Amino acid sequence: MTVESTAARKPRRSSKRTGSSAGKAVADPQLVQLLTPEGQRVEHPDYDVDLTPEELRGLYRDMVLTRRFDAEATALQRQGELGLWASLLGQEAAQIGSGRALRDDDYVFPTYREHGVAWCRGVDPTNLLGMFRGVNHGGWDPNSNNFHLYTIVIGSQTLHATGYAMGVAKDGADSAVIAYFGDGASSQGDVAESFTFSAVYNAPVVFFCQNNQWAISEPTEKQTRVPLYQRAQGYGFPGVRVDGNDVLACLAVTRSALERARRGEGPTLVEAFTYRMGAHTTSDDPTKYRADEEREAWEAKDPILRLKTYLANEGHADEAFFASLEEESETLGKRVREAVRAMPDPDRMAIFENIYADGHALVDEERAQFAAYQASFADGEGK
Amino acid sequence: MTVQKLPIAKAINESLRKAMETDPKVLVMGEDVGKLGGVFRVTDGLQKDFGEGRVIDTPLAESGIVGTAIGLALRGYRPVVEIQFDGFVFPAYDQIVTQLAKMHARALGKIKLPVVVRIPYGGGIGAVEHHSESPEALFAHVPGLKVVSPSNASDAYWMMQQAIQSDDPVIYFEPKRRYWDKGEVDTEAIPGPLHKARTVVEGSDLTLVAYGPMVKVCAEAAAAAAEEGKSIEVVDLRSMSPIDFDAVQASVEKTGRLVVVHEAPVFYGAGAEIAARISERSFYHLEAPVLRVGGYHAPYPPARLEEEYLPGLDRVLDAVDRSLAY
Ligand SMILES: Cc1ncc(C[n+]2csc(CCOP(=O)(O)OP(=O)(O)O)c2C)c(N)n1
Repeated sequence: MTVESTAARKPRRSSKRTGSSAGKAVADPQLVQLLTPEGQRVEHPDYDVDLTPEELRGLYRDMVLTRRFDAEATALQRQGELGLWASLLGQEAAQIGSGRALRDDDYVFPTYREHGVAWCRGVDPTNLLGMFRGVNHGGWDPNSNNFHLYTIVIGSQTLHATGYAMGVAKDGADSAVIAYFGDGASSQGDVAESFTFSAVYNAPVVFFCQNNQWAISEPTEKQTRVPLYQRAQGYGFPGVRVDGNDVLACLAVTRSALERARRGEGPTLVEAFTYRMGAHTTSDDPTKYRADEEREAWEAKDPILRLKTYLANEGHADEAFFASLEEESETLGKRVREAVRAMPDPDRMAIFENIYADGHALVDEERAQFAAYQASFADGEGK
Repeated sequence: MTVQKLPIAKAINESLRKAMETDPKVLVMGEDVGKLGGVFRVTDGLQKDFGEGRVIDTPLAESGIVGTAIGLALRGYRPVVEIQFDGFVFPAYDQIVTQLAKMHARALGKIKLPVVVRIPYGGGIGAVEHHSESPEALFAHVPGLKVVSPSNASDAYWMMQQAIQSDDPVIYFEPKRRYWDKGEVDTEAIPGPLHKARTVVEGSDLTLVAYGPMVKVCAEAAAAAAEEGKSIEVVDLRSMSPIDFDAVQASVEKTGRLVVVHEAPVFYGAGAEIAARISERSFYHLEAPVLRVGGYHAPYPPARLEEEYLPGLDRVLDAVDRSLAY
């Protein structure tokens, strides 16, 4: 995998823009966009990226493989291999763009849907599936990739990210922290409190809200009456709305926010304006509350298609590239499928493991009772 | 026809509908309760019939849901709020414990807080973290709250009517893995008191006490034990605060033995309270110590281990045998 290809690269927000395609249009300054849905490069007064064709292909590859992984997981849920799946379909650009803006020493606090960010961090995608299969509540060591555990309780992780960032600042380190959350989560008290704390303590944290327009059945209007990015102003830090289906813009904006954090200038709220193309999770039925036309309109803004068009039009990628990526996707899908099917059920005794770091007499007692009880069946003496 | 066969989820739905028809002050609030009808469809169709003003899709904020329900109650409304899953009640726990539970006392009884907090609870549905917990003891421990849990469709219907009519805050725990269990509901019956326990199975050798999702398991255990010639009585507590100790006492003094069963961890759980009270009240009638069967002192495990964690027929029968062996 070439996950390092862009991750390790220093941010390069050039002040003089050096785009190759002549006659770039200027996009809506309220919605940072560098690549239109038609795959056209556009300019923004404050943000830009300057990527080599190889780097552009890297971003495309990340998005394609992430989508493939996500599709495989959805299929595995349908086949009964996973109990649940929260698909990111449509949010690939928001996740890959922001994920590729991170440095290795940055720390990520995700929700339960950041499969693309996990990919950028080098977390083996099969590790993400344990909790959805029901064999564990996490499945990876957060410190090995600076990618924290998924958090299901909405909004909680924004406070953890803020506290972690406060610690980074205390340590005098120049790394940054990023917290992911949804538009629905923006209503939680914890999120408001994390805004307050991060502003007051000038914490080096980027709040990355993926506004996918829905919180299960509730549209964003049921959470807020002002555009989400404008919330930041009231707390005393900048907020910016980026086209969440534009991987280049997401990269540029997140990079800039991370740099600001590193410079000691405090938090930024990034609102990635995107769309949840699938159901909220595999348990949800969007036909109860959502019009098909809405989805269709957003399909036209597909993040992967627009980069593909751009790559092809600029001659940055050829047929061979797309074909080999197709093959790589299939291999990934197969690997994920096999890994999930081979994933064993946890040992029963795992119920009693890792409850306390220092141990606990009651747990010891119950563990022993449980073991004896289980053994009674093995001996054929149980009922 | 006033008797219908309904699943528990539908019985609650019908009950909410009736309460809203009867009293314009009754409101339903929560995440996804409107168009979607709740993730378990318990509020299905209510918004269509009563409008967005009475079936309110709230922002995704549990503290906000309960906190504003308190304000609405102070203004004369009777909010029935839905917490989507057991594990998500904690952002609202502050409002419930520090405010909802105490305001009546602090106002010298001058204000009433007729708020119902509905919480689908318990395990057995193969869910991910925070979707299978049984936090009832955390609420029953708090003075000022009433805590109930139906185990069948008829109770689900009637206890909801009574909870809404109560002028006190009621935490209404819904056994989510029984949502689809059908039972007869007589919508014109005269229900018994909300906090009265009910004998589900009569017996003479031992009393099993349970509530909510475990009542069914205990009834099955009684049937299995009967095949071995043991006569087990099953008492459905129905209410965890207050507890109908008189009913439990009467049963125990008849059978001489008591096993309390719940999904929640045994440690500091409802079983501890019942064991202590019954030991005090019925010391000389007991032929064995009161035993408890429940969850371990461990976080609710991942789905693939929940069958090991949840008290099933075997564990209940094992406790029955241990009690009878004294
Ligand atoms: C505190 C809490 N309340 C309710 C839920 C149930 N729930 C899970 S996801 C979700 C919607 C979240 O929407 P949003 O924050 O916009 O994120 P999205 O899933 O759309 O990415 C809800 C209500 C929860 N997980 N945590």
